[in-house]
Amino acid sequence: MAVAQVSIGGNKLPLTPPLAALKDAVVVALVAMALAGPIVGLQTVDRGGQLTVDLRFTEVAIAIVLVFFGRLGLALGERGLVLPAYGIGAGLVVAGFLLPWPAGLLQVLAIAAGVALVLRSAAGQFGVYRAAKARVPTEEDDAKAERLRRQLTLGLGGLLLVAAVLLPMMPFANSYILDTAIRVLTYMMLAWGLNIVIGLAGLLDLGYVAFYAVGAYTYALLSKDHGFGFWGALPIAGLLAASFGVLLGFPVLRLRGDYLAIVTLGFGEIIRIVLLNWTNFSGGPNGIGSIPRLTFFGHPFVRNAPEGVVPFHQLMGLDFSPLHRSIFFFYLILVLALVVNFFTIRIRRLPVGRAWEALREDEIACRALGINPTNTKLTAFAIGAMFAGFAGSFFATTQSFVSPESFTFLESAMILAIVVLGGMGSQLGVALAAILIIGLTEAFRGLAEYRMLVFGLGMVLIMVWRPRGLLAHRDPTVLLHGKKGVK
Amino acid sequence: MSAPLLKVEHLTMRFGGLIAINDVSFEAQKGQITAVIGPNGAGKTTVFNCLTGFYKPSAGRLTLTRPDTGRDYLLERLDDFRITKTAGVARTFQNIRLFAGMSVLENLLVAQHNRLMVASGYSLLGLIGWPSYRAAERDAIDRARFWLDRTGLLARADEPAGSLPYGDQRRLEIARAMCTGPALLCLDEPAAGLNPRESAELNTLLLMIRNDYGAGILLIEHDMSVVMGISDHIVVLDYGRKIAEGTPAEIKANPDVIRAYLGEDDEAEGAVA
Repeated sequence: MAVAQVSIGGNKLPLTPPLAALKDAVVVALVAMALAGPIVGLQTVDRGGQLTVDLRFTEVAIAIVLVFFGRLGLALGERGLVLPAYGIGAGLVVAGFLLPWPAGLLQVLAIAAGVALVLRSAAGQFGVYRAAKARVPTEEDDAKAERLRRQLTLGLGGLLLVAAVLLPMMPFANSYILDTAIRVLTYMMLAWGLNIVIGLAGLLDLGYVAFYAVGAYTYALLSKDHGFGFWGALPIAGLLAASFGVLLGFPVLRLRGDYLAIVTLGFGEIIRIVLLNWTNFSGGPNGIGSIPRLTFFGHPFVRNAPEGVVPFHQLMGLDFSPLHRSIFFFYLILVLALVVNFFTIRIRRLPVGRAWEALREDEIACRALGINPTNTKLTAFAIGAMFAGFAGSFFATTQSFVSPESFTFLESAMILAIVVLGGMGSQLGVALAAILIIGLTEAFRGLAEYRMLVFGLGMVLIMVWRPRGLLAHRDPTVLLHGKKGVK
Repeated sequence: MSAPLLKVEHLTMRFGGLIAINDVSFEAQKGQITAVIGPNGAGKTTVFNCLTGFYKPSAGRLTLTRPDTGRDYLLERLDDFRITKTAGVARTFQNIRLFAGMSVLENLLVAQHNRLMVASGYSLLGLIGWPSYRAAERDAIDRARFWLDRTGLLARADEPAGSLPYGDQRRLEIARAMCTGPALLCLDEPAAGLNPRESAELNTLLLMIRNDYGAGILLIEHDMSVVMGISDHIVVLDYGRKIAEGTPAEIKANPDVIRAYLGEDDEAEGAVA
């Protein structure tokens, strides 16, 4: 942090740091006034056919005061006066919660600005502290950091797994929490699948949701029209999605980067639009309803089963509870997601996994080493698509209804966001990002339309602080000398 | 004498109106180092790109005879990756192309991809940890260890390839090419950017590959200490044409070569279209 910007030369009087910060804040507040005055302050209203102008100067005044304090805090922090910056940040947060605000947006902005200010000051202070302690790291430091990182990763992963296994047994596990958890896990599975395509093979696929749709519709049609059970339809859905992956991949995988992204984006939309318009086949915009729900190996989760069928609660000798179904779905998706996870961890260490990463790094070098790039990329595409197909089947059986609306580009973007924020190629990072993104949008449901704002803010913050994703560390798949720091 | 390892006949490469290589023929022998030299823009790298399938030649025939099987491969008809996979031609690049984010060892394992892929039952046996795959992977690591030892990179095997110093990266690229088990190794300016000591080490390494391993080496190089020191045979290109061919001593004395390098003639007019 620079201390006191003093301009030497010329006739300017050097300002003391607090005064300089004050001047800065006043200038910014004036700019805000000039901008906000006409844009926010004047509102045209239609009164009985007559257009009148309402003045909203309270809002403008509050906004300018907010800008003033926000900038003051920032400027003070930049000049090394961290304590007042903390104070202003905390003040903004408190004011955000306590004062009667005329508009919800202003309140959210006040709180967000306060939090950002505090974080920013803390980051600055931490940076100074770290710079003061900095020295050239020795071999031993490296080994220690490496060991700590590995323990943290393992610990966090184990903790998440235990938490997931125990979740349905917790007293607070109602159907809302379980459904949210199922959503999180579905996205986690999809993101892990996409991670193979993007994180390992480096193929930017913006139409991933198409394979999810293929899986969902496959299950819906097979179970409704042909009497397939979930376990019978699951491999077919996966295979079909994988063949769609190969079908799409074959002509387009010679494209690179942006071109591939655009073609896959188009493919995703084509699948959705076909489903929307081919009414005979897919029910068009009405979708397919009353898809048979998944049963517990033949025992349905219903209160009163038809003749000759034993419902799940009777089989287990329990009282009927609608939660049973959610719990079963939860464990099912947990297992499916973990299968994808372990598959990915293992295949990364196989020749094909290494070839994917090598292709991502340098395709020309791969060709020069005798690797068939088309086949290798196709494998990644097909495997990723297969997992999306599995997830799609699961989605269809939990919802018992599918329609093209569930497979818009926004879904692809969401899955992509999880992969990118998590750190491409990092399994744990993707898991954390799925929890953060799906969980946070759920947690901020109370903010209604502003929750996308919070979502965007979160993304920007992660990209600023961790541009390569939450956990971007890459472990070599094989070691010659054994693990660092392990004796 | 048996069939040459590589026979280049009437190789021509046109880019639109520009003739980058004009009717070049030469041979490279097994267990020999053949250098291709020439001033900048003479078409040396283009010859390499034709040999390794990155360009399809406009005319000419490139025949590689594998000494181990005696089979002939027409390189101009093969896809680029098949040239390495089946015909056994490996190459390095003028601007180093390592997998920078992957470890040194992983770079060498990727080079053994095709062999490992078969051993892993196209991943199916590998996924369940089948013993034959594990044995194959151990073999691959041993081979990598052998070349790491020869290139002096053993201690850095687990570090990201991109973090190695420049000279080490050059050597690693050669080690990686050798891990594909090539019959012919094509090196595009391996000594570029090396200091004299590293150049000398490179000479030792290349001589080792020639003598102990028996591969043919095709070498593009500007560093005359490398070229004159280790080449068995030299081909000189200028403006896409072969102007001389022979042993280092013959080349040093050849007036055409001296003229091409010192540029006292204006042959240039016809060729720069």
